Amino acid sequence: MSNDSDRLVNAPDGTPEPYGDPSGMAAPATYDESHVPVHHEADPIADPGLPPHHWRPTDVDPKAEKRAERQIAAMFVAAMISALLFVVAYFSFEVGDNWDTFAGMGASTVSLGVTLGLSLLFIGIGIIHLARKLMADAEMIEMRHPAASPAEDREATIQALNDGVAESGIGRRPLVRNTMIGSMAVLGLPAVVLLRDLAPGDALDTGKLAHTIWEPGMRLVRDVTGTPILASEIEVGDLVNAAPEALFPTEENGYHELHGAEEQAEKAKGAIIIVRMDPDDLTPATQPDKWTVDGIICYSKICTHVGCPISLYERTTHHVLCPCHQSTFDLADGAKVVFGPAARPLPQLPLAVDDEGYLVAQSDFTEPIGASYWEREKQ
Amino acid sequence: MSVDTSKVATSNRTEAATASKPGPAGSLASWADDRLGLATMMKKNLRKVFPDHWSFMLGEIALWSFVVLLLTGVFLTLWFNPSMGHVTYEGSYDQLRGIGMSEAMASTLNISFDVRGGLLMRQMHHWAAMIFIAAMMVHLLRVAFTGAYRKPRELNWVIGCLLLLLGTLEGFTGYSLPDDLLSGTGVRAADGFLKATPVAGSYMSFLLFGGEFPGESIIPRLYIIHVLLIPGILLALIAVHMLLLVYHKHTQWPGPGRTEQNVVGFPMLPVYAAKAGGFFFMVFGVIALMGGLLSINPVWKFGPYDPTKVTAGSQPDWYMGWPDGLLRIIPTGWESVIFGYTISWNVMLPILIVPPLMLVVLMLLPFVESWITGDKRDHHLLQRPRNAPTRTAVMVALMTFYGLAWAAGGNDIIAIKLHASINQITYFMRVAIFVGPLLAFWITRRWCISLQRHDNELLLHGYETGIITRSPEGQYAERHLPINTKAAYTLTARDRDHIHPVGSDTDAAGVAAPNSRSDKLRAKLSSWMYGHNVQKPTAAELEAAHHHAEHEAELQSGLDHPVDGHQFDDHRLRDTDEVPLRDH
Amino acid sequence: MQLLNRTAGRLSRHRRGPLAGLVVLFLGLVLSGSLYTALAPAPANSQASDTDQIAQGKELFLTSCATCHGKNAEGISTVRDGYQLGPSLVGVGAAAVDFQVGTGRMPMASPGAQAPRKEPVFDEEETAALAAYVASLAPGPAIPNESDYSIEGLSEEEREEAIARGGQIFLTNCTACHNFNGAGGAMPRGGYAPNLHGVEGKYIYEALLTGPQQMPNFSNGNLTPEDKRDVIAYLDSIQETPEYAGFTLGGLGPVSEGLFAWLVGIGSLVGAAVWIASHTTRSKKSKVNA
Repeated sequence: MSNDSDRLVNAPDGTPEPYGDPSGMAAPATYDESHVPVHHEADPIADPGLPPHHWRPTDVDPKAEKRAERQIAAMFVAAMISALLFVVAYFSFEVGDNWDTFAGMGASTVSLGVTLGLSLLFIGIGIIHLARKLMADAEMIEMRHPAASPAEDREATIQALNDGVAESGIGRRPLVRNTMIGSMAVLGLPAVVLLRDLAPGDALDTGKLAHTIWEPGMRLVRDVTGTPILASEIEVGDLVNAAPEALFPTEENGYHELHGAEEQAEKAKGAIIIVRMDPDDLTPATQPDKWTVDGIICYSKICTHVGCPISLYERTTHHVLCPCHQSTFDLADGAKVVFGPAARPLPQLPLAVDDEGYLVAQSDFTEPIGASYWEREKQ
Repeated sequence: MSVDTSKVATSNRTEAATASKPGPAGSLASWADDRLGLATMMKKNLRKVFPDHWSFMLGEIALWSFVVLLLTGVFLTLWFNPSMGHVTYEGSYDQLRGIGMSEAMASTLNISFDVRGGLLMRQMHHWAAMIFIAAMMVHLLRVAFTGAYRKPRELNWVIGCLLLLLGTLEGFTGYSLPDDLLSGTGVRAADGFLKATPVAGSYMSFLLFGGEFPGESIIPRLYIIHVLLIPGILLALIAVHMLLLVYHKHTQWPGPGRTEQNVVGFPMLPVYAAKAGGFFFMVFGVIALMGGLLSINPVWKFGPYDPTKVTAGSQPDWYMGWPDGLLRIIPTGWESVIFGYTISWNVMLPILIVPPLMLVVLMLLPFVESWITGDKRDHHLLQRPRNAPTRTAVMVALMTFYGLAWAAGGNDIIAIKLHASINQITYFMRVAIFVGPLLAFWITRRWCISLQRHDNELLLHGYETGIITRSPEGQYAERHLPINTKAAYTLTARDRDHIHPVGSDTDAAGVAAPNSRSDKLRAKLSSWMYGHNVQKPTAAELEAAHHHAEHEAELQSGLDHPVDGHQFDDHRLRDTDEVPLRDH
Repeated sequence: MQLLNRTAGRLSRHRRGPLAGLVVLFLGLVLSGSLYTALAPAPANSQASDTDQIAQGKELFLTSCATCHGKNAEGISTVRDGYQLGPSLVGVGAAAVDFQVGTGRMPMASPGAQAPRKEPVFDEEETAALAAYVASLAPGPAIPNESDYSIEGLSEEEREEAIARGGQIFLTNCTACHNFNGAGGAMPRGGYAPNLHGVEGKYIYEALLTGPQQMPNFSNGNLTPEDKRDVIAYLDSIQETPEYAGFTLGGLGPVSEGLFAWLVGIGSLVGAAVWIASHTTRSKKSKVNA
């Protein structure tokens, strides 16, 4: 049956038109699988058929029709005005060094957004109003077809496939078939191997994850300003967000400047927090005799969960919280995890003071910092 | 199928079409058709019928916001520079002038502050992305709750699930591009996720970042994934999704004249095209208004990414919120070391195991359902959620799981806004994530079954008129009137559920039947799924009830209509297709 | 045109308008005048008024503070180890008192983990007296002068540099708790870092100096006075900067953005879909030519 004859219109004169054979429409569906019970019970209530179509006021009342026309045209005109206002706004409001503002907001962004938005909304509402009020709105009926192909098509296709396969002779020549499949499978290797140099040759060294730029005698400096920290200037309750001095090279300290990826990687691993607390509050886990200076204690700033920098420090509880997933570490107790998903304490940086009284590292961290990884314990 | 077409018009025009001389448009059309043969294809589809219901337009929101994404995205690429090269910012934003940052960040600031309309386009792009994924999810829920994923639409369901996954990845790669502090924190967490992968994790991280985190490669790589790879796949899958929609024809709600064999609605040209086209402009307009009025991702306040900085409220965009919530509620210390190798359950479980598992569960839903029910028929009529209580309850349970995990991802914001403790919220979520879905399942299923029972009440005893009558004996009763035929038919236009019978262990010859174990499981599941459902009344039951009602009515007062002021007490009097008529 | 202001972008533009000079002159006059009235009488009888002030402060302290902090401000411990009803105030300095009492945090309505900001109980004079008393117990940080936390005295270029530098220090030391926008954030066990919007520069300086409640110190050995000044300048500048992008949705980041995407975006579009698919009014009449 052609598509044209499947498609019917609900009769538009207020009287229900038969649109087909009701009994055919309401025929009970049958299961096509034998193991499902087939029910041939009729519906308890027969299908009354599509209700008659009613006209809209705009269909029968020329006044209403005209009114709708005017409304729709007004919306399109409003859309034009909005679009023109967009152009006006584009050229009249400055951005850059000298933003115009409107009620404390950027005049350009707000006015462009509002004029563009209104223009689009007016067009959209106008079109939909047109469809709802003026376009013919009798419901149409279209017949469905099964998604499956007709049985004869299926058979013909299978036949064609079989013929094709038979003529190719692939089935009869397993040697050819298997080597062909094999050759294509092996072609996957070049595709995978090609990706090897996503990281440069020497970059695949997991050992790097275990070491940072910290080395014995390197000063701890304040982050951002890069100034070294006198142990005597730090008060109980202080939190210093700090970094290794090597990341702030000057002529005096003699460190050579790092660039780009190397600098970022060392920054990402070397960040630390320094706090000072009453030395009596420190537990043996913090190695108060060896690694701290008068209650000044230093930990990696990188969370051992997935590596966010953490510095939400509470001075009275000595807890530090990660803003990403709320792992909480007790800095007075070896940065033991007291809450949240992290599994390991923050690595501690062994501290000392140099001749001038500045805080220095005794060594690198004694374990890898940051998120866990497969080979972590091997290093 | 034989259909009597003699009395039905094939067009809803009132005057006969008359052949006229082809104008310039006509000549162009025949020129094109001479070469492309378009007429055959278009003849079939120009007047294709689409049913009209608000819930059928949810997918359109996703489609149109995707178009907005393409348009605004192309605009952004004209200025955005996906490079991690280091520059000192010298642009218009005072607070960052003189600060070192990547070219990606600097060009994002340039788009925001020095390109007219650039900030609007950035914000529209971001809002459209949030709405794109939200609309896909709302559309997915509509399809699931109405059973539209049943045969023959299972594959389209699977494609839809893949679109959701790809949309999410596209969103993540997109919001990571500006290289600001918030997105950089997200990328660093993603590095942590990669490293938690057993065996290959560290290498995967090195390969993605081109060395150690953060490297100088990640932004250009995410960029090409974001603007070429994923959009290409998205476009292709959306095309297949739409083609299958056209091929299957849209599902429809059951009702008078609406059957499994037909589709009743408006033709593609002109009504449906106008409505869909108009809706495109509305989606575009709403996104433009949001982009102009509501600030989103103010990267200038976050500043450039610096691996030593972080901000409170470091959260991903909403669609990545639920795995983030799962990460947050894992109890302390879930990590083990086996043979010297570290296995981070605390990251693997919420990121690498549960979300992919959820996706697989989602994709398998239609297949599992059809295996349990043994129903292999095509379905084009939708089910009301109440008429598939178990499916509805399963979906609500999944939604509850998702919602709780999602809320856990915002636990710090909830804590500030509600003056609660993050710790208490987290403890609560650790329990609720298990108890909540079970409770939701149970409540939803009972609720659906009650609604089914209510439907049967309406069919058998009619609706409550609000008229109280007193019998001569002094007994008070509320008068019920039957609902109209169309409403009654609509209520009964659903299948009876068939519990799969347990097959015998042995076949007729006494040999153990194959598959008997899976058969038994299936029978059990089928009775679990359908056992409590209320079936529609049979014709005999209806007959008996109506007979009884007539008898009652005779005994009661002679009113055959509701008293004044109660005519519309029952909205069902107004059939779904008929709004009250008015004189004007 | 009150609403439309063509000079909000660069900080410096304010002073370039034709009226800007007059405004600055006027502000300068007002400022110096009020500073004069505030400071001038003090040197005349400072010695005598200091002792009076301390005595007045002690009196206020005994009635309003001693219950928790002890008669001599030595602090009172509770039964629970490590917890105090009120900590010792010896050595906290005038800055701590000025912050806690001036922002209304002290006296607390009831003992708890965190004292919220509220209407101050004491007026300026009483606060000053309390501060003088506590400062007299032991040396501690003094109340900062306006010059400590204001960049008014700097040249235009220096000010811009100070703001940019302050932003980096803010993002390194403050945003972790107070959020990128200074909107505040959650801390463990129901604690929170308060919103910094609208907080006077003096109080921010004092808070940095003294570390109120759970907040760590940022003493001068940690963040130099210039660092603190720059942070305050940055905070002021982001509050003065126009919202280029529209309403900020609370400045809370992606959570509130997600909420708006759902409520406003999906909400309005689903509403539109309902309207598009709804049925229009029908007429009882039938078409004449049908």
